[in-house]
Amino acid sequence: MSIDIVNILIFSGINIITVLGLNLITGVTGQLSLGHSAFFSIGAYTSALLMLMLGVPFGAALVIATLMAGLIGGLFGIPILRLRGDYLAIATLGFCEIVRVVILNVKVTIHGSEKLLSTSLGGIPGNTNLILVLILVVIATLFMIALERSKFGLALRSIREDEVAAQMMGIDIARHKILSFAIGSAFAGLGGALYASYMTVISPGDFGFMRSIEMLCMLVLGGMGSIVGVIAGTTVLTAIPELLRFAQEYRMIMYGIVLIFMMVFRPRGLFGSIRVNV
Amino acid sequence: MLRLTSVQTKYGSIYALKGIDLVVNEGEIVTIIGANGAGKSTTLNTISGLVRSIAGSIEFNGKDITYMPTDKIVESGLIQVPEGREIFPNLTVMENLRLGAFLRKDKQGIKDDIDYVTSLFPRLAERFNQLGGTLSGGEQQMLAIARALMSKPKLLLMDEPSLGLAPIFVQDIFNIIKKINEQGTTVLLVEQNATLALSIAHRGYVMETGNIVMEDKAVNLMDNESVKAAYLGF
Repeated sequence: MSIDIVNILIFSGINIITVLGLNLITGVTGQLSLGHSAFFSIGAYTSALLMLMLGVPFGAALVIATLMAGLIGGLFGIPILRLRGDYLAIATLGFCEIVRVVILNVKVTIHGSEKLLSTSLGGIPGNTNLILVLILVVIATLFMIALERSKFGLALRSIREDEVAAQMMGIDIARHKILSFAIGSAFAGLGGALYASYMTVISPGDFGFMRSIEMLCMLVLGGMGSIVGVIAGTTVLTAIPELLRFAQEYRMIMYGIVLIFMMVFRPRGLFGSIRVNV
Repeated sequence: MLRLTSVQTKYGSIYALKGIDLVVNEGEIVTIIGANGAGKSTTLNTISGLVRSIAGSIEFNGKDITYMPTDKIVESGLIQVPEGREIFPNLTVMENLRLGAFLRKDKQGIKDDIDYVTSLFPRLAERFNQLGGTLSGGEQQMLAIARALMSKPKLLLMDEPSLGLAPIFVQDIFNIIKKINEQGTTVLLVEQNATLALSIAHRGYVMETGNIVMEDKAVNLMDNESVKAAYLGF
């Protein structure tokens, strides 16, 4: 049994880009989201359908999928971001379900034949490769570092720290939260689009609520609000199930044990230095 | 400079402010004293737009700010130092100060003001790169005031600056409030420590259960028998 390093690296890279987005929303801005996988699936389906139905080139499909997820994230953020903590988490969970059910019921026409998206969608051009993923990971990481250091990023962190005090400083809370949500969701969209073109076959089952939880675990393991943490946590949790493939179904128990140990011994994550209350 | 006209504020079905009138003139220190739950903090929160009044009007420098969002109110030169030292604990002292100047774009002016606030609070300069949450209570209060000053306010609202501080810090803080005022910033001060507040204020208001029950020069309030009995502990 051989371990496919390239495979692990590509999945890690896709997850890093996606979780960087979640980190912006939850780790930096302090808004707990359980719906991140919804934007991942929006990216995946947008890009896949653009290529399959309209023959849009891969590069353009990636960009449009990213923007689409960001736009929907922003629009969705407008009504729900006045909610806080667990209320917000439940609303994002609801959104995750809405997206899943919508996808289950969409009918598309590809090459003249009708197709329900509830079944798996295949034949997606497999353009995602390791080089592309690595380049995008580097760009995404640099973008996030710059964003966090900017005045905008400082304002987002202040919202996480104390929303009322941030408001008193003259920060437009709603606008900043929505932008954070939109940018974070766009990253998930890019991750999803890369995923679709790597797998070449996608189905609604790939993007359930558990995917959101998995992304959150990666973030928490690495340390909320820490970019190094996102990269480490995501790589570890992406690699573990692959490396433990020989243990078959028991591997998810190992996965669980790692998380429990982390929470007991390093509740702030591998690289987190601050405690984020969401 | 600031004028409240029969302002009413409700929390749920309970009136926290039952129609208050209050005036702050340019250059003054005005204090609101009163017991816990009298509505002092609510008055400040209503002025800065954190809580919305349901009736009455608030005017600042000739502009109606009753329904203005907080960021626009801050932009127009009115900022609040929150109660209980609500600084940003996981951000450095420097980042806290930069957030105070969030709406400003004059880089040189911001730099000058960082020098200005550190001249007021030299302790902060020694701790620029420390996280706000690691400062002592008194230092956090200094940071909260310094942060508010970074917005270059015309009117500073202060909510219980003495809360939870050691007596030695309290006197320091009040001296600095006086100094800030002398350098041209108008101050509206809410305080439970009535003696101290009246000692630096020009005028004072006394609040009881959502109403203003008395208004006078600070020196007169200090001599007033009922104020003495109720708030000054004589």
